[in-house]
Amino acid sequence: MKRTFLLEIVMVAVAVAFLFPVYALITLSLKDPAQIAHSPLSLPAPPTLDNFDKAWTAAALGPSLVNSTVITVVSLVALVALGSFAAYYLARAQSRMGYGLYILFLLGIVLPFQLGMIPLYQLVSDLGLIGSHAGMIVFYTGIQLPFTVFLYTGFIRALPRDYASAAQIDGASHFTAFTKVVFPLLRPITGTVLILNAVFIWNDFFTPLLYLGGSGFETIPVSVFAFVGQYVSDHGLVFAGLVLGALPVVVAFLLLQRYVIKGFASGLKG
Amino acid sequence: MTANIARGSLPSTARKPWGRFSSLSPSWVFALPALLVYAAVVLYPSLAGMVYAFTDWSGIGEDKSFVGLANLTAMLHDEQAMGSIGNTLLLTVTIVAVQNGVGLLLALGVHVKLRSRAVLRVVFFAPVVVSPVMVAFLWKYIYNPDPAAGLNGLLGTHIDWLGDPSLALWSIAGTVVWQYAGYSMVIFLAGLEGIPPELHEAAMIDGAGTWQRFRYVTWPLLAPSLTINLMLSTIGGLKLFDQVFAATNGGPGYATETLSTVLYKQAFVFGKFGYSTAIALVLALFVAAVSMVQLYYLRNREVAQ
Repeated sequence: MKRTFLLEIVMVAVAVAFLFPVYALITLSLKDPAQIAHSPLSLPAPPTLDNFDKAWTAAALGPSLVNSTVITVVSLVALVALGSFAAYYLARAQSRMGYGLYILFLLGIVLPFQLGMIPLYQLVSDLGLIGSHAGMIVFYTGIQLPFTVFLYTGFIRALPRDYASAAQIDGASHFTAFTKVVFPLLRPITGTVLILNAVFIWNDFFTPLLYLGGSGFETIPVSVFAFVGQYVSDHGLVFAGLVLGALPVVVAFLLLQRYVIKGFASGLKG
Repeated sequence: MTANIARGSLPSTARKPWGRFSSLSPSWVFALPALLVYAAVVLYPSLAGMVYAFTDWSGIGEDKSFVGLANLTAMLHDEQAMGSIGNTLLLTVTIVAVQNGVGLLLALGVHVKLRSRAVLRVVFFAPVVVSPVMVAFLWKYIYNPDPAAGLNGLLGTHIDWLGDPSLALWSIAGTVVWQYAGYSMVIFLAGLEGIPPELHEAAMIDGAGTWQRFRYVTWPLLAPSLTINLMLSTIGGLKLFDQVFAATNGGPGYATETLSTVLYKQAFVFGKFGYSTAIALVLALFVAAVSMVQLYYLRNREVAQ
């Protein structure tokens, strides 16, 4: 009992030290420049919300929030639809082609995206999709499909065939059997697919910087990047921007923490 | 024979265009939309990248010619590129060792039934879900050279964490470890939760102490979690871009250049697209080697389930 108590104190102390950057982040965002220059580490006295007011408009966080949401949500829908459909075939096919295609999809997990980065940039630019939601959505769907297909295929393989067969005996096509019977059974893995892909897409930076930088369709990480570059010396303002930029994903995490941690703890990642 | 009977009893599917082939297994048409997007976004560009790596393409128009291994030999004489390989490997090894070491200790601590364990788990994991660029900007301030601010203010030191070339790489590793130690923690925690308590009880009855129980019961049974953690952190370390780009952009000098920052600059700053893809090819070889091991391992686990 006494040992658990000691450990508890140690762990809480570690957590407090761990949170120091977050303390600096929040207190600085609530201070005016004079306070920051005087006493950067003290509690804000008095706290001010001016930075948040300015940061929201200066970083164009409203439009970015819309862009990030549209790109993430549509990509997720496409990933779940295309990924689960493909996996249904890959998991159930008994042909060589089915196995070959599965291996072809797995190859995508191994290939780092940097290898195709420049040819893909050229392709997207030739198609006129640079600086658009559509370009990003197609990119995320393609780049995250191998991982999504891998998760779905493993799950469907472990599922008994009887459900779909029963539906087919009742006259349903494979399409109906899948959408009406099999897909609802995939809910646990769909949850994992959604969470892992959502975190990746929402936070991704490199590609949206290339495709969306300066277009007016920037996602939150790209907007925050440009904003920080512009106001780099005004720490209070910059930190208010960081707080606002991180808020949506942190709130979502706190609401769904059990599922998020479980999804990540499975040891898979896109 | 069986197929005939099945088909005969399913008149509705037989009338579909591809129903004749679909009686037992779903048609490959199910995989077609995914395959098309995947081919356009991953397969074709990756193949093209492998070809471009051997050209002098400047990124403007179609004007490019094959230069054989010239890009790769140029890399050998490029101080920035060679330095970036060393930096990338050093960063990766540091991150892998420290992130997993810290992650394991956190997991062992949080695994004990503490009153605060649920909160602790959320606190340590939270940075994982935040954009790495934003975390890097936060830490850029924490690493402020001002002796009154950030880490210096807390420790009472006067160190230029990101401005000192001999220190900057380690400071960046610190940022990555802070953000992802919680990721390693939850994977180890899942491993710890899978260890039957009877094993510990049996070892205790046999007179094993805390260390012996860790060494002979916990540690061997954590092997799968350790493997996953090593793979994930190795691949993450090799590809590291966002944190470096935001914190130092490869500086001071070339002190923190990684393969990803160098290939980015070669393409989008200097317009040497052929050379950039050659660097990407080297990065791809490193990552592919590690990913193959990961994939092999994960597929084995899938079979075992």
